[in-house]
Amino acid sequence: MSERKITMSKAIAEAIDLEMARDPKVFVMGEDVGIYGGIFSSTTGLFAKYGGDRVKDTPISETAFIGAATGAAAEGMRPIVELMFVDFFGVCMDQIYNHLAKNTYMSGGSVKLPVVLMTAYGGGYNDAAQHSQSLYSLFAHVPGLKVVVPSNAYDAKGLMHTAIRDDNPVMYFFHKGLMGLGWMSSPATASTPVPEGDYTVPLGQAKVVREGQDLTIVTLGWMVHRSLEAAAELEKAGISAEIIDLRTLVPLDRETVIKSAQKTGRVLVVDEDYQSFGLSGEIAATVAEAGALKSFRRVAVPDVPIPYSRPLEQYVLPNPQTIAQAAQGMLEMVG
Amino acid sequence: MQPSRDQLMWMYRTMILIRRYEERMAEVYFEGKTPRFDIGWGPVPGEMHLAAGQEPVAVGVMSHLGDHDTVTGPHRPHHLAIAKGVNLKAMTAEIFGKKTGLGQGKGGHMHLFDVAKKFSCSGLVGAGFPPALGAALAAKMQGKNWVAVAFAGEGAANQGSFHESLNLAALWKLPVILVIEDNSYGISVPKAASTAVPTNADRAAAYGIPGAFVPNNDPVAVFEAAGIAVERARQGQGPSLLEIKTDRYFGHFQGDPELYRPKGEVDTLKGHDPIARLRTKLMEGGVLSEDSDAALRKAVEAELEEAYAFARNSPYPEPTEALKHVFV
Repeated sequence: MSERKITMSKAIAEAIDLEMARDPKVFVMGEDVGIYGGIFSSTTGLFAKYGGDRVKDTPISETAFIGAATGAAAEGMRPIVELMFVDFFGVCMDQIYNHLAKNTYMSGGSVKLPVVLMTAYGGGYNDAAQHSQSLYSLFAHVPGLKVVVPSNAYDAKGLMHTAIRDDNPVMYFFHKGLMGLGWMSSPATASTPVPEGDYTVPLGQAKVVREGQDLTIVTLGWMVHRSLEAAAELEKAGISAEIIDLRTLVPLDRETVIKSAQKTGRVLVVDEDYQSFGLSGEIAATVAEAGALKSFRRVAVPDVPIPYSRPLEQYVLPNPQTIAQAAQGMLEMVG
Repeated sequence: MQPSRDQLMWMYRTMILIRRYEERMAEVYFEGKTPRFDIGWGPVPGEMHLAAGQEPVAVGVMSHLGDHDTVTGPHRPHHLAIAKGVNLKAMTAEIFGKKTGLGQGKGGHMHLFDVAKKFSCSGLVGAGFPPALGAALAAKMQGKNWVAVAFAGEGAANQGSFHESLNLAALWKLPVILVIEDNSYGISVPKAASTAVPTNADRAAAYGIPGAFVPNNDPVAVFEAAGIAVERARQGQGPSLLEIKTDRYFGHFQGDPELYRPKGEVDTLKGHDPIARLRTKLMEGGVLSEDSDAALRKAVEAELEEAYAFARNSPYPEPTEALKHVFV
């Protein structure tokens, strides 16, 4: 295994490159995926290598090109489609949640739709309410879409290989602030050693990224890194936090979450998405249904749109301090 | 319809105000972002889409509008907001994320709302067409001769919302004008690679409404074409579509490496600067002198200085204010 360390954006582009090389049915389309290489560098180098027939810039016509991905996939192609920001999916939602997500089911399993829908999510750089949302729970809510949210370069590459080879629609979310872009800060832990060849990371297998005894932090994406920072602080206060990186929401690795909850007795969900009706509630329900819910808290965006102004945005996004405070609060509770 | 001397001077001054506003914003934007650029740093973080070069669109159309008329804009909105008369201090404060901003720091530069001036904009491409139809519908239902104008880039003309809006506006004969600002690129994608027809004005025929293409990035030509469209709308004759050829001097956003642009393209475009061309015209017509031009530019700088100083000196909102305004 190679020890070279690469960014998450490079890892994603590399996985797509390898899949395009091994399967002529794999192609890429989306806005600015060609010469530009993707606004967040997820397709860098692909246009130069494969040309405009397999790396297609599209008009700003998402209903058309995302619907076309469904149609092409039904005919045996394996499209990878990028829509720049998850915030933009509203314009083409019908093609996604009524068609891409349901045609397999409605056809009694006879229609296969191997589509990867790739998009950027998340905030932290003051891009305001229409360019900073997470929204993965919205897509996880709709049956028929697999949902992938990697937190680092190694997982990003392996999950992309798996997503492309999957015969079902996969929504692939990457956090802008994890991509290792030259123009946006990334946590150092997002770039990792990544093998040069292909490998897969299975969907539906969470990863315990830090073992601990006192509480379980369930999280994903950027929040894995912020939770790790919080855990380091908690350690100093004598609190041992276990951290689970879910990696995929659909399928959700409930078993790993429940097992850890049974061990620690305390579950804290850290989520960059809106608090209500989403991931944190789902994790609470999962643990409760297993009879393992003793103590539960969540740190998430408090049900407001993401504000522009820096002090406002920093207030609503979970950070290492708010995570550590919530954890400490749980430990101080009786029982 | 030719612009009066006053209208010409208003267009000239407003174009300079817009240009200098954007140039100044470009400078401020890079504060705190050098030597290392990070989009989240400095007094103005986040994406920044500047409209230098696109001034003729804003002033040529806005010459015909008053406070009662509604304007919706796209993610690149400053030129339109300024020409519509949006409060410059409050707008700048909003872009600085300050409590005194139009949206108390909640919105930022892509999301400017000035109720008094009936101006709003959105960060989503093509999102401004339907609300403009709604404003036009409201005017019509209330028996007012107000009009609404939606502005968007040429990339937006491939959105479903554009075509749906054209059909609905034509069907209901709404007093609305859809204005396409053709600055040649949707981020990196040139118009020829995104659009099946040479000019979007041709698409008006599909909906049985007038469509005009205005070449040359010329405020007077825009004034004339917009005059016809606005008059038509005010008289209850229904919608029009305008496509205006214009130029984007900056990148899609600040920090855009612009590798998709041929070298020297921007310099060529700047050789055709609409402000310089109008200046020559006004000088030749005896409307403007070297002295009056210098005085006008000095006044513009003072107005900008006031707005930027106001923004800089205003306080940030309290963090907990993030929780307010989800509902009224």
